[in-house]
Amino acid sequence: MNYISHTEIEKSEMLKAIGVKSVADLFKDIPQELRPKSFDIPKGKSEFEVIEHLKSLSRKNATRLTDFVGAGFYDHYIPAAVDALAGDPRFYTAYTPYQPECSQGWLQAIYEYQTVICELTGLDVSNASLYDGGTALYEAAMMAVRLTGRKKIIVDSGVSLIYRTMLYTYTSNLSIEFVETPVVHGQSCREDIFKNLDDKTAAVIVQNPNFFGAVDDFSDIVKRVHASGALAIASVYPVSLGMLKSPGEMGFDIATGEGQSLGLPLSFGGPYLGFIGVKKECMRQMPGRIVGATVDKDGKRGFVLTLQAREQHIRRERATSNICSNEALCGLRAVIYTSLLGKAGMKDLAQLNYQKAEFAKSILDKVPHVKVKRSSPTFNEFTLELPKNADDVVHRMINKGFACGLPLGRFYKGLDNYLLVAVTEKRTKEEIVNFANSLEAALCS
Amino acid sequence: MNIPDNLLYTKDHEWVKIEGDNSTIGITDYAQNALGDITFIDLPKVGSIIKRSGRCATVESVKAASDVYAPLTGEITKANAELASHPELVNKSAYESGWFAQIKAADLSEKSKLMTAAQYKEYVQGLSK
Repeated sequence: MNYISHTEIEKSEMLKAIGVKSVADLFKDIPQELRPKSFDIPKGKSEFEVIEHLKSLSRKNATRLTDFVGAGFYDHYIPAAVDALAGDPRFYTAYTPYQPECSQGWLQAIYEYQTVICELTGLDVSNASLYDGGTALYEAAMMAVRLTGRKKIIVDSGVSLIYRTMLYTYTSNLSIEFVETPVVHGQSCREDIFKNLDDKTAAVIVQNPNFFGAVDDFSDIVKRVHASGALAIASVYPVSLGMLKSPGEMGFDIATGEGQSLGLPLSFGGPYLGFIGVKKECMRQMPGRIVGATVDKDGKRGFVLTLQAREQHIRRERATSNICSNEALCGLRAVIYTSLLGKAGMKDLAQLNYQKAEFAKSILDKVPHVKVKRSSPTFNEFTLELPKNADDVVHRMINKGFACGLPLGRFYKGLDNYLLVAVTEKRTKEEIVNFANSLEAALCS
Repeated sequence: MNIPDNLLYTKDHEWVKIEGDNSTIGITDYAQNALGDITFIDLPKVGSIIKRSGRCATVESVKAASDVYAPLTGEITKANAELASHPELVNKSAYESGWFAQIKAADLSEKSKLMTAAQYKEYVQGLSK
């Protein structure tokens, strides 16, 4: 494709064809006061100058810190094959690859991705992906509103504050009532959820592991939610599904999550990957593209978009959602990543994360005045109670070479001395021991 | 085109068969033919209250999703469960096995707003001109 824009000759030909004298004349309907006075665009730079500028910007990034931060986004190892395969120009440069007669490769990749999401979540149907974990959760909430015809949603406060904020922002102009229920000793408060559950409730939303890292079996909540005619929605961490009970096994109707941990770099917050798996009964209300397998007229297997009557190009203003894009390239990375690991590999990965986190807990327990919160089982992330403000400790630990965790006081009132720590498979025994020693030193000084 | 005499019709191509308290509704032969192969029907829930001219179902064909409007006000007492696995029944038999739902009508005087078979036939012929 040629990326050089129109020449002056082409421009004058186009203007002549439509009978307009100049490009400026095209904008004369816009009143002068609504037009920008100037554009603050610097003069062009040479390639060398641009590279130097970008290098100087990137030098400001702290890239040498040992990472113990999670909070929904995790530092997992990405095999080189993920970049190599996803970087193939046939995938990398393709745009809206949905024309089945010339996009079988892409459509099959998306179909395989959907299969991975169904296997991980234990649910029946997945779409071709959504923007990120937060938008996926919003879409799930809206599905529940449409499916039940009800407008009250109970959200456990163990759901990431980022996602809750997104939910409230997206729905701020819709009359949806949200009720937040507390987390007590790390776990969802059953009593409060059940107290709020009524015949107006469209859904109950929980997260597993929750924001504090606590793992739960929500089967009992799901049962009660279903008895009241509402839907049960779980936001999940896909890597943890290698060893935890899946949302499908617990009876959830919809599972969503952030797919970053499946082969995507942290990369300052994006692009990420929202995934959604739903029970077959909810399928018609699922937003976004869905790829299906079929056979052509010669009986050969092929792939096409399916169930398109849900989407805006057919259903217009009553479409299930106006989301029409997806994160195909990020989804491709996820399917390559999970295929490289395989079923056994995903299990090993989950075990490794769990065991390293448990090892870290046992070491950190020995640091004077530090308490590992052990009221609930955890996966690869847990909460530490510190004798000091966690924000201050985080700053001190940066000087010692560690991004040591997320101070929970930033997200939760009254938790100023609590630190959320994640330990992925990348953290070595040596790093974990150094982390504990540095923490001890940081707390003494 | 099949337009049975014993039914009443709307301008949106729904039909009603009123039998005492029970009114059966569906879409007409003209509608199924215009829609083409029907792939899915979203039926109203039993027990839900529908209002005349309000949306009560959605029909998906290969390339369109169309709303079906209630010909009468009332409570849905039954929905045709067969259509979930066999939406093509509407194409095959729009007035018999392809029925959508049964309503307990709240006000049968709304009948006067519906068309007879003769009126509907004239209306449909007018559309094709």
